[in-house]
Amino acid sequence: MSGPIVQVENLSASYRKNKVLYDVSFEVQPGSLTGIVGPNGAGKSTLIKTMLQLHPILTGSVTFYGLPFKQAKKRIGYVPQRGSVDWDFPTNALDVVTMGLYGQIGWFKRPTSRHKQMAYEALEKMGMADYAERQISQLSGGQQQRVFLARALVQNADLYFMDEPLVGVDAATERAIMDILRELKAKGKTVMVVHHDLQTVEDYFDHVLLLNRTVLHHGMTEDVFTKENIAETYGGNMRWMGEERHHVVHSVQ
Amino acid sequence: MSYTAWIILTASLVGLSCGIIGVFLILRKQAMMADAISHTVLLGIVLAYLVTKEVSGPSMLIGGILAGLLTAFLVQWLHSLDVQHDASMGIVFTTLFAIGVILIATSVGNAHLDVQHALMGEITFIPFHTISLPIIGEIPQATALLLVVFVIILFFIIAFYKEWKITAFDPALAASLGLPVLFLHYLFMSLVSITTVASFDAVGAIMVVAMLITPAASAYLWTDRLFMMLILSGVFGVVSAVLGYYVAAWIDTSISGSMAFMTGVIFIISFIFSPKHGLIAKHVRPVEEI
Repeated sequence: MSGPIVQVENLSASYRKNKVLYDVSFEVQPGSLTGIVGPNGAGKSTLIKTMLQLHPILTGSVTFYGLPFKQAKKRIGYVPQRGSVDWDFPTNALDVVTMGLYGQIGWFKRPTSRHKQMAYEALEKMGMADYAERQISQLSGGQQQRVFLARALVQNADLYFMDEPLVGVDAATERAIMDILRELKAKGKTVMVVHHDLQTVEDYFDHVLLLNRTVLHHGMTEDVFTKENIAETYGGNMRWMGEERHHVVHSVQ
Repeated sequence: MSYTAWIILTASLVGLSCGIIGVFLILRKQAMMADAISHTVLLGIVLAYLVTKEVSGPSMLIGGILAGLLTAFLVQWLHSLDVQHDASMGIVFTTLFAIGVILIATSVGNAHLDVQHALMGEITFIPFHTISLPIIGEIPQATALLLVVFVIILFFIIAFYKEWKITAFDPALAASLGLPVLFLHYLFMSLVSITTVASFDAVGAIMVVAMLITPAASAYLWTDRLFMMLILSGVFGVVSAVLGYYVAAWIDTSISGSMAFMTGVIFIISFIFSPKHGLIAKHVRPVEEI
């Protein structure tokens, strides 16, 4: 397949009368691994939610594979922020992963042993097979994030949106998640990830979308992820540390 | 069946239906919607009476559903206009309830409806209003209504079990999978409404909140399984109803009041002794590092 698979045109969205996104337009090429980067309050999560119709669109349009969301949703997987759900919910890891299949199972049907097997394999892939029967509140933050990733994998989508999957996870989980993302990319899948850690952007993503309420720069990481562009995105609220090549950036709130 | 047996059966059906519905109210973090809807169904019942001129099961159910949906819709609508969620709930349900109270006072005064009854219920009178059904025979009207509602609830909970689970746990995922989250929300609010309407005669608008929330909150402390939580919550509801009846008979007090009190007693016992989340368990076993 050639040509962009995601097209966003003049998208805008608001929270409580404040416009958080305006004039957002970009296209995503198939097989790309894009990091969505920007300061706090830049509308990164809102952008994903608006594209997936979890947040109302004020103006503009979003198409996936040339189709509106409703017709393309079976090909799209979404990983919400870990903090967006109640981890005290009475259920176990395997069950949460099985939820990724509910769309395929259909109305009035129960998950079969085949579905459970698929969910188990996804957990296995995330190194979580031993925790399948574990109550979700007893998992660490990293393990919970792996469960969420497993749930996305089991959906077997072509296009994934992930909201800060690397926040608050241990180093081993971060590696496991990045391995999976690269594997998805190798299979020709497209992934967009909201990312907050500027230090790792160059290692993790081949495309970067610099966002601060609108798209400031978007393209290949080596072209776009420059000191000047980052400074422009983060405004004055930042300071530079270290040498020229391996710079460390902190956003100061 | 004897007079006492009917009352206990009726109360148990209230405990069972409320216990099951309550689990999802708690897990969806909408416990206070129960409070709101339990009050506004009064308006629905009054309006149903004004239209049909009789206090009958089906018209009350329909009136209750409409009032419950209206409540849920208005709360959502006010919230979308930037009124805080809890504030919009407080505004909507008190206003609708007040309209119900005014209508009772002005238009329905002499009927079977009065505010005292609506708030507290009067389970002792239930066995006197019977209807004749084929096969079953003579059965109190309120009990028959509760049976019907219980079957409806059980059907919808089982039929959409996985949908209730996913919309309660992760509504964003549910929406991204294409499930009609909003439709399920209103369907659930309808189930809350009919449960409330059917429980109205027995325990009244205030006590039904106790029956909806407290057994489920207790069950939540005992188990990590949704299915088990539903069973436990239903059992706690029935136990509270039965124990409540005998306590009330023993010390000669309000039946609905003592039933609600028993749900509180069960909750306190759970809160202290639950092996997983109880006070003692927490004290004995150091809190794990998260």
